[in-house]
Amino acid sequence: MVRFLPLSEAVAENLNDGDSVAFEGFTHLIPTAAAHEAIRQEFSDLTLIRMTPDVVYDQMVGMGMAKKLVFSYAGNPGVGLLRRLRDAVENGFPRPVEVEEHSHAAMANAYEAGAAGLPCAVFRGYRGAELARVNPNIRRIACPFTGEELAAVPALRPDVSFIHAQKADLKGNVLIEGIVGVQKEAALAARRAVVTVEEVVDDFDDLHPNLCILPHWTVSAISVVPGGAHPSYTHGYYARDNAAYLEWDGIAADRDAFRAWMEEHVLQAVPEDFARRVETLRADR
Amino acid sequence: MSGADFTPNEMMTIAASRALKNEDVCFVGIGAPSAACNIARLTHAPDITLIYESGTIGTAPDVLPLSIGDGELCDTALTTVPVPEMFRYWLQGGRITIGFLGAAQLDRFGNINTTVVGDYDHPKVRLPGGGGAPEIASSSQEVFITLAQSKRSMVEKIDFYTSFGHGEGGDHRQRLGIDTKGPTLLITDMAIWKPDPETKEFTVVSLHPGVTRDHVQETCGWTVLFADDVEETPPPSALELATLRDLKARTEKAHKGA
Repeated sequence: MVRFLPLSEAVAENLNDGDSVAFEGFTHLIPTAAAHEAIRQEFSDLTLIRMTPDVVYDQMVGMGMAKKLVFSYAGNPGVGLLRRLRDAVENGFPRPVEVEEHSHAAMANAYEAGAAGLPCAVFRGYRGAELARVNPNIRRIACPFTGEELAAVPALRPDVSFIHAQKADLKGNVLIEGIVGVQKEAALAARRAVVTVEEVVDDFDDLHPNLCILPHWTVSAISVVPGGAHPSYTHGYYARDNAAYLEWDGIAADRDAFRAWMEEHVLQAVPEDFARRVETLRADR
Repeated sequence: MSGADFTPNEMMTIAASRALKNEDVCFVGIGAPSAACNIARLTHAPDITLIYESGTIGTAPDVLPLSIGDGELCDTALTTVPVPEMFRYWLQGGRITIGFLGAAQLDRFGNINTTVVGDYDHPKVRLPGGGGAPEIASSSQEVFITLAQSKRSMVEKIDFYTSFGHGEGGDHRQRLGIDTKGPTLLITDMAIWKPDPETKEFTVVSLHPGVTRDHVQETCGWTVLFADDVEETPPPSALELATLRDLKARTEKAHKGA
């Protein structure tokens, strides 16, 4: 049954060293505050799963928390490469990271298979693509009816998924809107789902009947963290901080500058700081 | 390119935009493809359907998105669907007429590398990876590619086959059971290229105004083939150029932030 908890408790109760964990968000609704809380609590040996590991995974990898990455696009969207992640993959700094690399189609199908309780996802993919050579989790399967050769990948079943959403109601039902990404699938595929939200409202009674809703009984914990997706955005609340993504490129380029930035903005910070970070971005809406 | 009042990059974007039709359903890669697709929409193809992998269908952004999931894309879209649905129903389902891709490394057969420079297990440079591209390249009805020419990006042999083009050329796609056309057009800042009907090797069919065959060869890592009858790309019209510059100016202003 869902519980409303302070973020520090929600993370402490649901994440463990060595877990496979997805902090999902497809450019929109990235659960940055939850990831920063996990960094502050110094979890280790995590298998980090995400289609588009961007700045928050660059930060977690740079802090040495990840033993393995499962991903399909490891870049700073529209800006370039992830420099802490590169340092880990190319130089083993601060520790080597094992990589399991897929395409978006494969990851999206694998989350869906996880949510659907299937052992694997089957799709028409990876034709001619070399990832199939370097990733043993990409295999072929013949359709039993037509004989067509299709790709198969294992379902994704994270120990815990963290997502950010617009709002919860008093019962703990969760509403997601805008670019919904793969968060519903990531939440339903996981053993435990933790959601940060912008706000809590009484109920969802007068809203559109086909909205994307996670019923309260699918969620383990909810934390109210206004601005919790920054520098990503929350549709209807605040805009994407594109300038912060551009700035990150310079910060992450240097090991010492990275540590100093993390000390000031993550290790010495609290979840309540996020509200202040999005103040000027709210005016844009 | 003396006397020209447009840059090679502007010519590339505008030439690429002309290749798109009003009826197209286009899966848009970020960067150069995104600019070209939106210029098409703002000029000769107002009803083109632009799709970004974040799930936005029929989007009409006022400024170019920095990422494939900017709020602007969702705000202006006809509808926004979940990412698994995007890849399953819309791309794999065969609804996309044109997949429009950029490339870090490209070979003469339209194979693309965006994964690593060097060996996969010990890369010299770890690039972001394929994202949606491996399946965009195989499930779109055809693929357009756009990139600025350089010997670093247009290479004799790519380091990793992220997205399959025509493989080793000829009927390599069919031999792998891929029933879509693959790369049918390459637009660079120098020229327009099309695959040879038999060998599938990209061949220059049109040079942009002021560009010579030597320019093309000097900025390409393989020995360039030219069609028997090489045309000259019409220069940008005043409308095309104004539309592109307005879009770029709006975009730059928006991304500088509040």
